[in-house]
Amino acid sequence: MKLFDPSRFPIFLIIAILGILTVWLIWRARRGQSLFIRKIAGLEAVEEAVGRATEMGKPILYVPGIDDANNIQTIYSMIILGHVAKMVARYETPLIVPICKAFVMPLAEETTRQAYLDAGHPDAYNPNNIRYLSNEQFAFAAATNGIILRERPAANLYMGSFFAESLLLAETGFQTGAIQIAGTANIHQLPFFVVACDYTLIGEEFFAATAYLSREERLVGTLKAIDYTKVIILVVLVVGTLLASFNINFLHEFLNLE
Amino acid sequence: MLRREIPIFLAMIVGWFMVGEFFFPWAEAGGTEVQQMAVIITAASVVLGVANVIRINLLKVSRREKDWQYAMLLLAGIALMGFLGTVLPVVHAAVHGGAWKLGGFGLAGITSGTLFDRLYNRVYVPLSATMYGLLAFYIASAAFRAFRVRTPEAALLAVAAIIVMIGRVPIGEKIWDGIPLLTDWIMNVPNLAAKRAILIGAALGGIATGLKILLGIERNFLGSD
Repeated sequence: MKLFDPSRFPIFLIIAILGILTVWLIWRARRGQSLFIRKIAGLEAVEEAVGRATEMGKPILYVPGIDDANNIQTIYSMIILGHVAKMVARYETPLIVPICKAFVMPLAEETTRQAYLDAGHPDAYNPNNIRYLSNEQFAFAAATNGIILRERPAANLYMGSFFAESLLLAETGFQTGAIQIAGTANIHQLPFFVVACDYTLIGEEFFAATAYLSREERLVGTLKAIDYTKVIILVVLVVGTLLASFNINFLHEFLNLE
Repeated sequence: MLRREIPIFLAMIVGWFMVGEFFFPWAEAGGTEVQQMAVIITAASVVLGVANVIRINLLKVSRREKDWQYAMLLLAGIALMGFLGTVLPVVHAAVHGGAWKLGGFGLAGITSGTLFDRLYNRVYVPLSATMYGLLAFYIASAAFRAFRVRTPEAALLAVAAIIVMIGRVPIGEKIWDGIPLLTDWIMNVPNLAAKRAILIGAALGGIATGLKILLGIERNFLGSD
């Protein structure tokens, strides 16, 4: 049996580069060097959405996608939920979190409870607003649409991994006039969100949310590491294309590309 | 402190093990074991989910909140399917040996031909298909908004979409045989380039998030520092 799977070398290389850059950039950030993050309208709008819901005296709906906790988007959605819940707790606005996968429910409960505690408003936390609806995709979509139409949230946040139900949810939210912010890395659902939502976090923007909202140096350092890795990948792509055009296959062979 | 540190430590150990399993084939068997553990834990979590549904809807019924009748119907559905799928097979196995039928349907169990199976396939499945079917109308309404030409970018989007739509149907080729070729170019060159750019960014974001959790940098999901 092989000690190391050579077909996975490019991924190993990317993780190694990203890891080294992350450590270096966190070190730079801790030394007080400011790292620039471009403005992301969708994330700026989160606070505006929370404020609007508070003014209107209506709840906020946070949908963490329909995938299980083994999807990194769902885990990241829980992290964003923590930030949103902390914001919401300060205003004491109801936060409704419909859940599709049972395993995600305790995560969402714990994240929200902790966020309310951190914000100093543990009494405002309502466990009845973390609602497990169904493991089935369209049963979940129907039940969430029911919540949107009956309880009329002023702000709908769709953050996580979505599939065919994305437009069903976003279009229903649009019809109720709620401010809508979506974020996903599922490429095929992005057009639906772009059309039906006020703001959409596209791919990597979704994963930038916590660094952007908290401005913690560790998280900002990681965000910059992603940017630098992208520059490296871009250079490799351009150089690799040029080399391949001249039938020089050194890079191709080094990266073990099939 | 232990409430935060122990989960972070466990997440790091299991996470790094699974990363190692991806690159080192000799660790594959251990990875499969860990994945099976995850399946068992996930299955157990369904109990928590069902308990949550029952608690919230019982409260709604007992307080006679708005639309409490729907909550009642939901609870009746859970009770019926739970009874047919879990309680009845146990009772059946304990007191009855042969086939247990009502109107030609098997009463106990969840296999094909049982009442449980019929209810699922003849009530839930058509309802689910209806929800999926509704998507066509939602797409039409969303597309109507998306194709309103207000800016040069929206005009570009609308023109590209019209070419792709015409190029995907037989009449497109009848109008001009270059339309399908143009459609393929739009899909395979600018569209694919943009898709791959988003995909690379999203993949790096996913890897970085995994690293943040495995290195203990991102721990907001366990509360703030």
